[in-house]
Amino acid sequence: MLEVAGLSKAFGGLKAVDEASLKVDAGEIVGLIGPNGAGKTTLFAAIAGFHRPDAGRIAFGGHDITGLPPHKICAAGMVRTFQITQPFAKITVRENIMVGAYLATADRRAAAAKAEAVAAQVGMTDQLDQNGADLTVAGRKRLELARALATGPRLLLLDEVMAGLNPTEISEIVAIIKSIRQSGVTILLIEHVMQAVTSLAERVYVLNQGRMIAEGTPASIAENPLVVEAYLGHGAAQVLRA
Amino acid sequence: MSTRVQILLVIGFAAAVIYPWLVPNYLITVGMLMFFSAFIGQAWNVSGGFAGQTSFGHAVFFGTGAYTSTILQVTHGWNPWLSWAAAMAMGALVGCLIAMLAFRAGLRGSYFALITLAFAEVFRILANSVGFTRGGLGMLIKADARPENLQFRDPVWPYYLAFALCLISLFIAWRLTRSRFGARLIAIRENEDAARALGIDVFAEKVKVLTLSGAMCAAGGTFYAQKYLYVDPTIAFGIDKSVEMLLVTMVGGAGTIFGPLIGAIALTGINEITRWAAGVIPALKNVQPLSLIVYGIMLMLIVARLPDGLMSLFARKARRNA
Amino acid sequence: MFDPGFILAGVLNGLLAGGIYVLVAVGLTLIYGVLHIINFAHGSLLMLAMYAVFFLWKLAGLDPYMSLPIVIVGAFVVGFLLYRGLIGRFSHGRDENILLITLGVSIVADNGALLFFGGNTETVDVPYAGQIIELGVAFLPLAKVISFVASLVICLALGLFMAKTDTGKAIRAVAKERQGARLVGIDVEKIFAISYGIGIACLGAAACLLMPTFYVTPQSGYAFVLVAFTTVVLGGMGSFVGAAVGGFLIGVTESLGGLFLGEQLGQIGISLIFILILLFRPTGLFGAKA
Repeated sequence: MLEVAGLSKAFGGLKAVDEASLKVDAGEIVGLIGPNGAGKTTLFAAIAGFHRPDAGRIAFGGHDITGLPPHKICAAGMVRTFQITQPFAKITVRENIMVGAYLATADRRAAAAKAEAVAAQVGMTDQLDQNGADLTVAGRKRLELARALATGPRLLLLDEVMAGLNPTEISEIVAIIKSIRQSGVTILLIEHVMQAVTSLAERVYVLNQGRMIAEGTPASIAENPLVVEAYLGHGAAQVLRA
Repeated sequence: MSTRVQILLVIGFAAAVIYPWLVPNYLITVGMLMFFSAFIGQAWNVSGGFAGQTSFGHAVFFGTGAYTSTILQVTHGWNPWLSWAAAMAMGALVGCLIAMLAFRAGLRGSYFALITLAFAEVFRILANSVGFTRGGLGMLIKADARPENLQFRDPVWPYYLAFALCLISLFIAWRLTRSRFGARLIAIRENEDAARALGIDVFAEKVKVLTLSGAMCAAGGTFYAQKYLYVDPTIAFGIDKSVEMLLVTMVGGAGTIFGPLIGAIALTGINEITRWAAGVIPALKNVQPLSLIVYGIMLMLIVARLPDGLMSLFARKARRNA
Repeated sequence: MFDPGFILAGVLNGLLAGGIYVLVAVGLTLIYGVLHIINFAHGSLLMLAMYAVFFLWKLAGLDPYMSLPIVIVGAFVVGFLLYRGLIGRFSHGRDENILLITLGVSIVADNGALLFFGGNTETVDVPYAGQIIELGVAFLPLAKVISFVASLVICLALGLFMAKTDTGKAIRAVAKERQGARLVGIDVEKIFAISYGIGIACLGAAACLLMPTFYVTPQSGYAFVLVAFTTVVLGGMGSFVGAAVGGFLIGVTESLGGLFLGEQLGQIGISLIFILILLFRPTGLFGAKA
């Protein structure tokens, strides 16, 4: 469904993403992990059209989407969320979600109905009339998810939807993400914390210093010395094994 | 909308309709100017309030409208009503062009505000210098008070015309709050990146809204020129009109349906009070600067303490009553 | 009309006028560079300073150049207090908000001047007004030459102040990294107020240097505000070298514009430069990439 090949993006002299490639098949939940500053969010932003890649190709659903603006990529069925949540602060949750729903319909009633359905799916029915600014961190994370979902995507790019949540909230959002996949949406998610990914993803990519250093099942990734070193520093794998 | 608000609206509408039959001519004109301010304020509000693109130079559209209709009428002998339509088209065009230039360059916030001011200034200097606007002398429209000339002997008719413009602008704002276009504008105002991620073509929507705003402002420009049968570069493109539009909207409540109208009522009230004060206190000879000083202070207070304008006082009360 | 000597004279006159624009722009760019706010009241505060110079001359008989120290100190105090009392309280958050607050200040200042000083054009009569220096092909008014030299001296003094004194160093630290400056114990809010005060003090100096050859009306503020912004944007927001080069370029543009396009149309150059820079090179000539 999504194929990224040799994608690079530099800011000034700094290579944030360096020839990264990944592949997501329809129906999968794929994780993208890596230590802080690995370039995960930059890679996401480039895939979703927010940064123009310096090199590389992005294909979605068999079509080349490299360099397309975000709104066209969204219309094609791929939508991202933000790690730093970006609610529309002065309007209600319902109106927030409707902005996403309006992608598919110009009709206000249809958009409102879609917003309510999506709110139910992510467990925000009680908060529909709250302002975006009044939500808790967990509420904001759900709103990010809901707005993106309301655009009717085939592929969701989730950027650290679990960061900053407590264990109860995490297990709730894990259940929501699973139900979203059940409804036929493919998911690529970034997480900083590995445990969060292992319970969800079938496959995991590991990004370190802009380069893709490993790919595989969560279990195989956890044992990969390159990955352990990326997280804990050079030589850590040997120390752990000893 | 609650019943209470509906009743209030009906009463307000009825009062506005019978108002000119109860007051002297002077107050009819005051009412006319109030609705006119509310109208051009709303024109500013669609782009500056709903879409959040603060402009310091909306006079560029106002003046374009005033000059387009006046030139077509005076120089080319067009019918004023037809000229009015042409003026709106020209305002839309200028709005579209400025938006395409400014938003393509990625200007936001203060930079967008300042570049609109610079555009208005360029237009002012051009109107001052080129031949077909008759330069700094300005243009006079021949007085011939007939409705088909868009000129009226009885001040009641300009009053009703301004009232009608105001109602149309309220309808436009109301539609915005209930449409996809409006929802997208608000999304852009609240968070441009999130709007883009959700499939909104931010550039296209901003161009659309400035086109709409330009057409509305230009309609106001023609109305003003027809009422006073005169236009000159400073009236048309000077900063005063830009500030008036911004003020009524900011004071009343930017991004709300009734904000510009509430702001226009408030500022007209202040104007009349200062005028009265000047009559009582002989030291206050200059009324105009005095009321503008009050406006300036109000603007600061509103931005600092009441970012949603006077409207938020009503909204707060309504919420408490709910 | 296209005689090279004539053009050279125009360029020289433009450079002389540009000297004062440099001073105005340095104040604006300092405020932007340190506080990251766009001070729309800049032109109006200059107008008020010009009235101060006018009244010092009219009521106390003080020559504009003699009033320099008084007006500079007075303008600093006004700027400092304006920041402490009003602007500083709202200078965080959306950048349009502070723009609107400073618009409010300019509306109050412009109309206050109209209310209290009247709408007349006021000028200062100085004995040296008519004196001319002959410089090759160009005849330059003595007062403009003095103003030019004085504004450069003041700019250099400001540069030295920024480079050598503790306060100057603190200002530069805050401009570069306000969080870091806070961590090392600099009172950032105080530095903001001082910077705003210095920015306005530059206007005070500019007012003293302008008045012998210029006039003041309540509309002068509006006339200057676009000039000031154009200068700063041309040089690159926050850049001192940029403000200096921008000031001279704007002075020459204005002078040559007036020469070739006439008094009315000549003013268009400044607004056009402003628009073109924002559209095609928003970082200006010397600004760092944002």
